[in-house]
Amino acid sequence: MEELLLARWQFAITSTYHFLLVPLTLGLSILVAIMETKYVRTGDALYKKMAKFWGKLFLINFSLGVATGLVQEFQFGMNWSEYSRFMGDIFGVPLALEALTAFYLESVFIGLWIFGWERLSRKMHAVTIWVVAVGANISSLWILIANSFMQQPVGYILRNDRAELNDFTAVLTNSYVLNQYPHVLLAGLVTGGIFVMAISAYHLLRGSQVDFFRPSFKYGLICALAASLLVAGTGHRQAQFVAEAQPMKLAAMEALWETANPAPFALAAVIDQQKETNSAEIGIPNGLSFLVYNSFSGEVKGIKEIQAQNVERYGPGNYIPDVVPVFWSFRIMVVAGMWLLLITMISAYFLKKGRLESYPLVLKAVLWSLPVPYIANSTGWAVTEMGRQPWIVFGLQRVDQAVSPLVPASAIWTSLIGFSVVYGIIAAAGIYLFAKFARRGPEEKAPDASVTPVKGATLWN
Amino acid sequence: MELNVVWFILLTVLFAGFFLLEGFDYGVGILVPFLGKNDLERRILINTIGPVWEGNEVWMITAGGAMFAAFPHVYATLFSGFYLALLMMLMALIFRGVAVEFRSKDDHSVWRKTWDGLICAGSLLPALLWGVAVTNLIRGVPINAQMQYTGTFFDLLSPYTLVGGLSFVLVFIFHGALYIGLKTEKEIAARARQTALRVGVATALACLGLVGLTYTNTDLFGTSGAGGALWLAVTAFVISYLLVVRARIGWAFAASGMSIVLITVSFFWGLFPRLIVSSLNPAWSLTVYNASSSQYTLKLMTIAAAVFVPVILIYQGWSYWVFRKRVTGKNLEY
Ligand code: HDD
Ligand code: HEM
Ligand code: HEM
Repeated sequence: MEELLLARWQFAITSTYHFLLVPLTLGLSILVAIMETKYVRTGDALYKKMAKFWGKLFLINFSLGVATGLVQEFQFGMNWSEYSRFMGDIFGVPLALEALTAFYLESVFIGLWIFGWERLSRKMHAVTIWVVAVGANISSLWILIANSFMQQPVGYILRNDRAELNDFTAVLTNSYVLNQYPHVLLAGLVTGGIFVMAISAYHLLRGSQVDFFRPSFKYGLICALAASLLVAGTGHRQAQFVAEAQPMKLAAMEALWETANPAPFALAAVIDQQKETNSAEIGIPNGLSFLVYNSFSGEVKGIKEIQAQNVERYGPGNYIPDVVPVFWSFRIMVVAGMWLLLITMISAYFLKKGRLESYPLVLKAVLWSLPVPYIANSTGWAVTEMGRQPWIVFGLQRVDQAVSPLVPASAIWTSLIGFSVVYGIIAAAGIYLFAKFARRGPEEKAPDASVTPVKGATLWN
Repeated sequence: MELNVVWFILLTVLFAGFFLLEGFDYGVGILVPFLGKNDLERRILINTIGPVWEGNEVWMITAGGAMFAAFPHVYATLFSGFYLALLMMLMALIFRGVAVEFRSKDDHSVWRKTWDGLICAGSLLPALLWGVAVTNLIRGVPINAQMQYTGTFFDLLSPYTLVGGLSFVLVFIFHGALYIGLKTEKEIAARARQTALRVGVATALACLGLVGLTYTNTDLFGTSGAGGALWLAVTAFVISYLLVVRARIGWAFAASGMSIVLITVSFFWGLFPRLIVSSLNPAWSLTVYNASSSQYTLKLMTIAAAVFVPVILIYQGWSYWVFRKRVTGKNLEY
């Protein structure tokens, strides 16, 4: 099944790429809106400058997000036509509603925001960026409602060889999305906050334009600190929820082959998927039980037992996802989350003491943390999506049943390579612009060459 | 009225809105390197669509989403069948969207020329492919009893469908030139009018070819309404051309918009109740009945459309009102 593998790769690449851009849109739009609101409230030109500068970076990101989003909208039909037939009745609804309630809002109001500085009143102009921010976050809610149905189908009946909608309210209030949405929203705020902090740290390290980047850093920090705390909390809650909703995913996240009570939390493991065992493992005794039940005892089902149950329920087959990437992705995300929490708390401590700028090490660490939220976002989705394998719609349709039957491998190769190349090109151009404007700061002229940069204050060069 | 029919009409509305609005965006995009003699002029051209093009593009996204929700089999068959064509269109649209945002963010001349080229190509290719796609839907493509497209990319190309593509490109260029005439001043506006006059002749010829080939290749004229709408579209186009001759650009733009809407209406009318015609067996065509969602979903979506579409029209219309002034060399954002 070469086609299947290719289709999966192509979907993984385009979706991961889209989601490298989306979280910043979600978080930074809110930050820019807050900055501009502050400007309207106080009339202080500094905040207008902030809204404009961070807004410019936001726009570069936004355009990439929209461009990659277009692919998302159409590719279910391209590679997953049988999925689209099976699921269209349900899945199309949030997608269409996303366009009707969010994409129009975002796209019309972003035009008003970009071109409206001279044409709209100050208040009205600030309203436009709020509409963009709210629109973006509504859009993510709809798409997550769609995704949550795939994780935990509700409100449907099987009829005419497909899943048909019969209770829309149930789809909207799917407990899966209630757990997922806050986590994603907060992940966006973490990303936006760290982004602002990291670029501000770069300038603070160099002592350039500090009057602008000090307050910017503070805004980024407040956002990132609060969101990091909450993202960890919601993530913990989500893991407990996954334990109920998709025990196989949880077992794969923990590489737990045998049912255990109490179950240990594996910090690291050498996983042998073939033999269905871990050849080595270090763990915290009782840790997993605690994670799942908030108590040091409690049974957690292992992969083998769940596999046996699934065979009974769904018929013969292999229901075990690829444990290695799921296991490690989860750990990478959690470590990333811990790291961001640590770095934001340290920054807050020094900022409070008014000594932040005398500790270049802290600022450097913040600067170098710029990729961390991106890593957490991508690995988080890897857990969610790869942990759902072999299902495309949990319990209803397997991935191998979902792929377009007559699209030849050559066509998928073409799109896989084509999209990768196109995305590579626009990524290079985007990074070039990000670096250029981030380095230059809000002033139109290049930064003052007379200030001596602290050693190591680089932005990726 | 049956909901299946309601959704067919709504889909027509979405595509008509998409071609009407995005039509001039494509036209402007194609014309950027040709009409803009220097960098400032090219910027002015891009800024004429700057505040509105993203909102216009959402018409296409919504049409795609609506198709998914209301006629999932059409969504599945069309996009898995027209795979490579869609791939090309998406790549073109990615470049175009990014190019508009990026081109003025650096002043290196190679940088700007490259993005300008991509704005042009990224507008040309989708315009062409939409023409090819729409004509294929009604001419018929090899679709088997399982609703699967069994052909290849090259089966989509025929004299008829290529003329369809060409007509779309030319109509959009004409429409775009008129939009430029409305949104710019002095010399550029005058040049845009000249372009419209010149392109208009070719457009008229292509459209006549399209009408003729539609007559021989499809059953569109079997439906008097569809045939009538197509003739009305041609009439609207001729009127538009005459108005350009008399330098009544505003009215000419309205008339060319009308002809785009009428072409869309005509093709959908000719298709009804089918959405994709099967060239293998008429019974295997995808129709509003065999390709639709459940009645529950259609009902839900009808309510949603009734609530949100008017709201969208209001704020999108408002944004056009805010940007009603002609674009000059000042305050260029792109
Ligand atoms: C800045 C980004 C970020 C950070 C710091 C974290 N996460 Fe996360 N996580 C995401 C960004 C993310 C995500 C990319 O947004 C995901 C993918 C799907 C989802 O719902 O959110 C995700 C998924 C996800 C899932 C899978 C849910 C599912 O399968 O449906 C779990 C269990 C967690 N997270 C748990 C955590 C824990 C315990 C964290 C501790 C610090 C954590 N996350 C930090
Ligand atoms: C934007 C964040 C997302 C990322 C990064 C992401 C990532 C991935 C990855 C890595 C895969 C491949 C899994 C595998 O084959 O092992 C996948 C599969 C898939 N995902 Fe997502 N996903 C995202 C969101 C979504 C959403 C919101 C939906 C639906 C609304 C969705 C639908 C699918 C489908 C249909 C597949 C293909 C079938 C499969 O391989 O399971 N994804 N995704
Ligand atoms: C895999 C399924 C997905 C599809 C079909 C999809 C579709 C799209 C489309 C068509 C756009 C362009 C909209 C425009 O023109 O304004 C877009 C942008 C956007 N999408 Fe996605 N998307 C997917 C995944 C996600 C996920 C998982 C999220 C968030 C959790 C998300 C959030 C956004 C946001 C906020 C934007 C605004 C622009 C930006 O990204 O910078 N999308 N998406």
